[in-house]
Amino acid sequence: MSALPSSHTPHPSPVGTPPLAFGAAPAVNKSPYSMSSQPFLKVEGLKRQFPQPGNPDPAPVFEDVHFGIERGQFVCVLGHSGCGKTTILNILAGLDDATAGHVIMDGREVRGPSLDRGVVFQGHALMPWLSALKNVEFAVRSRHPDWKAQKVREHAVKYLELVHLGHALDKKPAELSGGMKQRVGIARAFSIEPKMLLLDEPFGALDALTRGSIQDELIGIVEATQQTVFMITHDVDEAILLADRIVLMTNGPRARIAEIVVNPLARPRVRETLHQQPAFYTLRNHLVDFLVKRSREFQPGPGWDAKNPPLVHPGQSSQPA
Amino acid sequence: MKSKPWLAPLLSALFFALFIAIWYVATAPASGSGTAAPAMDPEYAALMGAQAQAGGQSAMPGPGEVAAKIWEHLSDPFYDRGTNDKGLGIQIAYSIARVLGGYLLAALVAIPLGFVIGMSPLIYRALDPFIQILKPISPLAWMPLALYTIKDSGVSAIFVIFICSLWPMLVNTAFGVASVRREWLNVARTLEVSPLRKAFQVILPAAAPTILTGMRISIGIAWLVIVAAEMLVGGTGIGYFVWNEWNNLSITNIITAILLIGLVGMLLDHLLAWVARAISWRE
Ligand SMILES: Nc1ncnc2c1ncn2[C@@H]1O[C@H](COP(=O)(O)OP(=O)(O)OP(=O)(O)O)[C@@H](O)[C@H]1O
Ligand SMILES: [Mg+2]
Repeated sequence: MSALPSSHTPHPSPVGTPPLAFGAAPAVNKSPYSMSSQPFLKVEGLKRQFPQPGNPDPAPVFEDVHFGIERGQFVCVLGHSGCGKTTILNILAGLDDATAGHVIMDGREVRGPSLDRGVVFQGHALMPWLSALKNVEFAVRSRHPDWKAQKVREHAVKYLELVHLGHALDKKPAELSGGMKQRVGIARAFSIEPKMLLLDEPFGALDALTRGSIQDELIGIVEATQQTVFMITHDVDEAILLADRIVLMTNGPRARIAEIVVNPLARPRVRETLHQQPAFYTLRNHLVDFLVKRSREFQPGPGWDAKNPPLVHPGQSSQPA
Repeated sequence: MKSKPWLAPLLSALFFALFIAIWYVATAPASGSGTAAPAMDPEYAALMGAQAQAGGQSAMPGPGEVAAKIWEHLSDPFYDRGTNDKGLGIQIAYSIARVLGGYLLAALVAIPLGFVIGMSPLIYRALDPFIQILKPISPLAWMPLALYTIKDSGVSAIFVIFICSLWPMLVNTAFGVASVRREWLNVARTLEVSPLRKAFQVILPAAAPTILTGMRISIGIAWLVIVAAEMLVGGTGIGYFVWNEWNNLSITNIITAILLIGLVGMLLDHLLAWVARAISWRE
């Protein structure tokens, strides 16, 4: 797999519907998909302009964005502030409409928001008049309108305990720390058991220590649920720790996907020992190099195809950039 | 200075005592120095009444006389001896009933309408010119029109209260609804929440503090306006009572009524402040 594949193909992707039960993490099946199979989520030719009063045709924030996500895959997007990451996520969520292009999830085009996609917002977006438990219950009741109050509560409690907030059920968001609020947001998104999770810098506002422990919780839940995840981050180390694939976006306006980096580090990944793996620094240097230099200077080369952003395996062979 | 919770009440009591003292000195009769302290006896009160009936000009009453009057009213607030002689309790009850009637009607109109205006920028823009023009009109200016069309003075007073309580509630509800955080609405959208549930479980609680601020302003204005309205329409109510006592030249009764108006206004405001605290939320 050192050669450059012509389509988003290989890499960790469990076969069949992932079990949603918690507990033992199923072994990740590494069998590659055939070239013809459609990825679980497919983004094609996405473009977004924000027409201004005096300027109906300004430079698009991004254009010609193509990529795919396989079922069970954890994809991180790295890019500088303002390049349009949140905008892409909002379009995936169905909260915003693309100027051109479309998103297909599980064989169906995304038109408007859906319970199939759980969103963790850049700000925690908890409702301050509801306790932590009630915030999660609000989501559970949306998913299961026919459930009895007792069942809704049990389900919500289960997910709050998963993020270790069993002791803070009745606290209002104002009484929770930043990290706790973010965990309630994560519990709320997971509690509806969506087909896919969209996370917008969920740990952006947290200190390093809190961030680490919540990342560990996220790894645990994602591995247990085989959740498909699309996550935005600014943090290179976070992407390395969590992602199977790292999508690199150039600076806006007219941002594009420069390449998609395949994370070679084996799972399970443990933060404390991650940097001892030989591939770690090669990967990290590659990503940092992109952020400090190439994101700004990126020019589409002759071999670069927007419809098939190159899959890059840092350290295995030199890739065109 | 910090751990002395009794200091402020003590100062309040001191200011009160000072005020009473100044009042006492200012109104003390220059000659005939006997009638200061024992003002409480009923004979004196009767004398005052007789004096008023006889049309004798009573001087500005002192604190003792007013206290006696208050005591008299408190001991029999609900007597009814004809149109122009009802207990203060009855009069204030009329006023409160009118205020609550007009106010609740206004809430019934303003809150749903404000919701619609806040949700729809189109309707907001369409209704804005009307609101802009109607809002600054003194509620009393509506009175003749109300009397002419409704032909009932009691209902007209309620209408005036309705009009004056409408605007703060309407404007605040619209503003509160329009400024509900986009992120909460997005949460509701991603959870495919039904419009009705969104209105009642997301927008209403989010806008509730702003709505209640409007309701609190409204009740304050309504209580200000009812006195003037009742002076105009006459018949019953605390406003009419004040006007009637002015005709009787009973300054003592007027001062008693003024105190009562302030007290009831404060209670109404505190009631709404209490509700506002109960539904407010902190980020
Ligand atoms: N509603 C809007 N109207 C006009 N321009 C917008 C709107 N939303 C976003 N933009 C513009 O689109 C660009 C991308 O914004 P976006 O929020 O997607 O950036 P981002 O990559 O998520 O940044 P950050 O990392 O800081 O969160 C910005 O230049 C922003 O000014
Ligand atoms: Mg963003």
